[in-house]
Amino acid sequence: MAKPVTMPQLGESVTEGTIARWLKSEGEMIEKDEPLCEVDTDKVSSELPSPIAGRIEKLLVSEGETVEVGTEIALVAVEGESEGPSREDMRSEGPTEEFPAAGTVAQPAAAQRVRRPGASGGNGRGGVPDAGELRLRRSSPVVRRIAAEHGIDISEIRGTGIGGRVTRKDIEAYVREREAARGPAPTPEPARARVEVQEGDRVVELDSVRRAIANRMSLSKREAPHAWTMVEADVTGLVALRERIKEDFARREGVRLTYLPFIVRAAVESLKEHPILNSVWDEERIVLRRRINVGIAVDLEDALIVPVIRDADDYGIVGLARRIDDLVRRARERRLSPEDVSGGTFTVNNPGALGSVVSTPIINHPQAAILSAEAIVKRPVVVGDAIAIRSIMNLEVSFDHRILDGGAALRFLNAVKRRLEGYTPQSRVF
Amino acid sequence: MAVRNLLQAIHDALEEEMRADETVLILGEDVGRAGGVFRVTEGLQEEFGPDRALDTPLAESLIVGSAIGLSVNGMRPVAEIQFADFIPPAFDQIVSEAARFYYRSNGAWNVPITIRAPYGVVPGGALYHSQSVEAYFCNTPGLKVVAPTFPKEAKGLLKSAIRDPNPVLFFEHKRCYRLLKEDVPEEDYTVPIGEAKIHREGEDITVVAYGLVLHTALEVAKKLSEEHGIEAEVVEPLTLYPLDRETILASARKTGKFLAISEANITGSVTAEMAALVAREAFEWLDAPVMRLGAPDIPAAAFARPMMDAFVPDAARIESAMLELARY
Repeated sequence: MAKPVTMPQLGESVTEGTIARWLKSEGEMIEKDEPLCEVDTDKVSSELPSPIAGRIEKLLVSEGETVEVGTEIALVAVEGESEGPSREDMRSEGPTEEFPAAGTVAQPAAAQRVRRPGASGGNGRGGVPDAGELRLRRSSPVVRRIAAEHGIDISEIRGTGIGGRVTRKDIEAYVREREAARGPAPTPEPARARVEVQEGDRVVELDSVRRAIANRMSLSKREAPHAWTMVEADVTGLVALRERIKEDFARREGVRLTYLPFIVRAAVESLKEHPILNSVWDEERIVLRRRINVGIAVDLEDALIVPVIRDADDYGIVGLARRIDDLVRRARERRLSPEDVSGGTFTVNNPGALGSVVSTPIINHPQAAILSAEAIVKRPVVVGDAIAIRSIMNLEVSFDHRILDGGAALRFLNAVKRRLEGYTPQSRVF
Repeated sequence: MAVRNLLQAIHDALEEEMRADETVLILGEDVGRAGGVFRVTEGLQEEFGPDRALDTPLAESLIVGSAIGLSVNGMRPVAEIQFADFIPPAFDQIVSEAARFYYRSNGAWNVPITIRAPYGVVPGGALYHSQSVEAYFCNTPGLKVVAPTFPKEAKGLLKSAIRDPNPVLFFEHKRCYRLLKEDVPEEDYTVPIGEAKIHREGEDITVVAYGLVLHTALEVAKKLSEEHGIEAEVVEPLTLYPLDRETILASARKTGKFLAISEANITGSVTAEMAALVAREAFEWLDAPVMRLGAPDIPAAAFARPMMDAFVPDAARIESAMLELARY
């Protein structure tokens, strides 16, 4: 008996998941709780442990496909109820249907004998596809390559090759028809040639996180017309304040005090004043979000992840410091749940921690804007008629120019600036 | 231009090279007074004398061994193995000596010899006059192996072989000797070793073949074009070792469907190398399994005509393979 494995609910508000990679193939045995596949939701990839032990009879969802929670994704034949002959059976029976002895044809009687009662349908080999099936489903290297380049599911096409196989000509004709049906493209994208790999080059295959980042960034740049603006903030007072209290803070609260909670706090308060930056473009309208869920970009050296502080306006500096510390730590340990990275309404980017003084961040689509806080640098600046040494920080926003314009963006930036500049060494931190 | 068959073209190349360069000489069984068992060397002894068209005893190791000795003393010998089937006694001289002289003397001694070897199935040839042994030599660095099929390329390639500073094996398909005549330039020209030739352009399948089966493949390609609209690209390797990988791969990538045909016993034949090459280097372009046709793994052709015919891939089998590939 084959039992189905379904797409589980991987987070509170998660309704679907993408099979990033099958870790088992058809015909393989799997233990209970052994990883069956990688599932992507939002930017998190998690391994799905098998709820049952047995032999993988059929993988029902192909890699890259997104299905709703509850959809059957695989059939697992429960152990002891296997349909096909085991390897030992094959060996002891001598020539079998699959491997007839030279010069003979397959002997149905022999094949019958090795089948266990309960065999039903299929090819009688317990879901191990034969060459004919593979030819239809997987097709040839060139067809697979063209299908991948154009995002085509081979099963959509009627093939003219042997047994209905989709040939190169079939898929090329399909691509041509599909493109003709779409009408002349406004800017025909040149066919992207594969990069020629030269001797000594190292090829890094994309993992699901890298692929997700690439897709999201391309989508954002394509969808949202980005504009960008910058102000300078004099954060001398904030620097002095942090210097004064940081040791006490760490002892009292158990977390390190960085500048990030101050920046997030200033952003959150400024978003309340300028809600247009906490909104979403929805074709004919703009939706201003009531909740302020702030994503913070965390560098993982080989990847970037944006965990979200939900209802960031609920917290003061201490609360934000704790939330940020928790999220960053779990991000680095790769223990974030899909919930942790979804639902953001605005993003704060903190490249200053890595020494950046100017950056042009990409909006975390479909949000309206992203704030970048750069490194705090001591600079000689004009104060009144004197030159003084002050701690200066650049603040920037990239914004969706469909939603707002430079004026609104700068009003928001100036609000953030005003708040950060408002700290003095004597300010109280809650 | 003169209309010449393969045999005459080879004769002309020998004659012209012997006239142009007095270090060129030919040696082999019956190449002198008798003019060769196939009449390839007819008239050469009359013109150049018995010292440059040298009849040898029936001993292949002596023929190639003497050629090596002459070559390192300033001559450019062309040694004839009367039938390729009898090359094994000379095998040691070819692979252990001729192929290595240049390398082991660190370039001090060249071995500019050419070894002509008529090969392939002919009626009545049977066990000892039918074999295609080219693959034996396509695994030995230091050798070059060429096997032209048409008169024009044969003449130019033989000149290249004679002028090459190191050993070249020159395989001539016996049944192609008088099969076809074509215009062959009378002026001096060479065909470079290591370059394949595309005889017929096509988009649907690639067929690589040489020798008698190349003629058959070209006929079938014409038929499939007329009857089915299938356009086969037909490529002749000309040089079997080293192969012209670029031309073969370019064609395989263009059509995505690859068939290699030879008359040799299929296991370990030159077509296996082509198949491996295409499978490795053109994988992303392939739209069908790489296919090969060759003789079954039995020792040469039978004497009986129907069995001999069954040995070599014939038009019917080639057509069926090409159709299968095109329709895959």
